[in-house]
Amino acid sequence: MAPSLNKIPIGQVCRIKEVTASGILRRRLLDLGFVPGGSVFIVRRAPLGDPTAYLVRGALIALREEEAATIDCRVKEEEDAFC
Amino acid sequence: MLKSKEDLNQEIDWIVALAGNPNTGKSTVFNALTGLNQHTGNWPGKTVLKAEGTYAYGGYNYLLIDLPGTYSLFANSLEEQVARDYICFEQPDVSLIVTDATCLARHLNLVLQVLEITDKVVVCVNLLDEATRKGIQVNLEALSCELGVPVVGTTARDGVGLEELKETIALVAQRVICPQPRVISYDREIEGAIAELLPHLNVEAYPNLNKRWLALRLLEGDPSIFDYIKTPEAINEVLVKPVWAEG
Ligand SMILES: Nc1nc2c(ncn2[C@@H]2O[C@H](COP(=O)(O)OP(=O)(O)O)[C@@H](O)[C@H]2O)c(=O)[nH]1
Ligand SMILES: [Mg+2]
Repeated sequence: MAPSLNKIPIGQVCRIKEVTASGILRRRLLDLGFVPGGSVFIVRRAPLGDPTAYLVRGALIALREEEAATIDCRVKEEEDAFC
Repeated sequence: MLKSKEDLNQEIDWIVALAGNPNTGKSTVFNALTGLNQHTGNWPGKTVLKAEGTYAYGGYNYLLIDLPGTYSLFANSLEEQVARDYICFEQPDVSLIVTDATCLARHLNLVLQVLEITDKVVVCVNLLDEATRKGIQVNLEALSCELGVPVVGTTARDGVGLEELKETIALVAQRVICPQPRVISYDREIEGAIAELLPHLNVEAYPNLNKRWLALRLLEGDPSIFDYIKTPEAINEVLVKPVWAEG
């Protein structure tokens, strides 16, 4: 099973498999650059674990845990371009 | 330093809306084109900042409207709604979209959304100096071909490319260039629903409103759009069919 984005540790890179959210949240995630096939670098997590900052398509974007939970990922060995 | 609103009330020939993601150099382009001929205030009834300014080029006066910086035009925030409503309902003569050459993919989302609303578009690929520094080369011609609209490369901070930008805006405003934006086609069911809706979408107040775009928003059930149109029964009949499967 693909891990969701909120489960990926800091410093890792993953590739987005699927955005399972629907409606307005789905639209917003896509607009923010969380598009299937794209890479995400997990930058840091707030002290209480929420929200988490992600580097996606060249911009730093913070998502709440329940938002990130709707993004299914594949963890990648390494990645050089995030744009 | 700002001039008063009255100073802007010179004869305006063309209106240009300036759109783009935040932090792409939109204000830099705006300032470079308008100089001190600007006025800031709020959008009517909104707490969103509005800047407008004028410039003269080739014997015409242009009014440039700086729209709020947004990633999208789906009216999920006040800013997005202001930007979308302006492009949709005020129908500027040209919509200029400023993008960031260092991460173009992120910016093309907004570009494609604008292209679904209007064909009178010029795309500005800004921050070319930063891109060069990062070893990124943007093929502006190929991009223009793919999008079907004129593309101009700039380094707005240094004033590079702004003459070509003004010239391109002028050509689109005067319809010397008639862009043919790439049409995004959706899957069969959605295209079917669009086709069914189209004949019912004559919005009297906005005769030039892009009906395909309106159909898509109705299918999405975008509530902000209902402020502008009355939906006759025929539309509702199409809308109750389960055409828009999520996912
Ligand atoms: N290197 C470089 N920086 C630019 C360029 N255009 C704008 N900037 C800088 O990018 C930052 C954001 O610009 P601004 O016009 O405020 O962006 P806006 O948020 O889109 O209005 C500012 O620090 C500008 O000086 C450019 O072509 N090259
Ligand atoms: Mg700005």
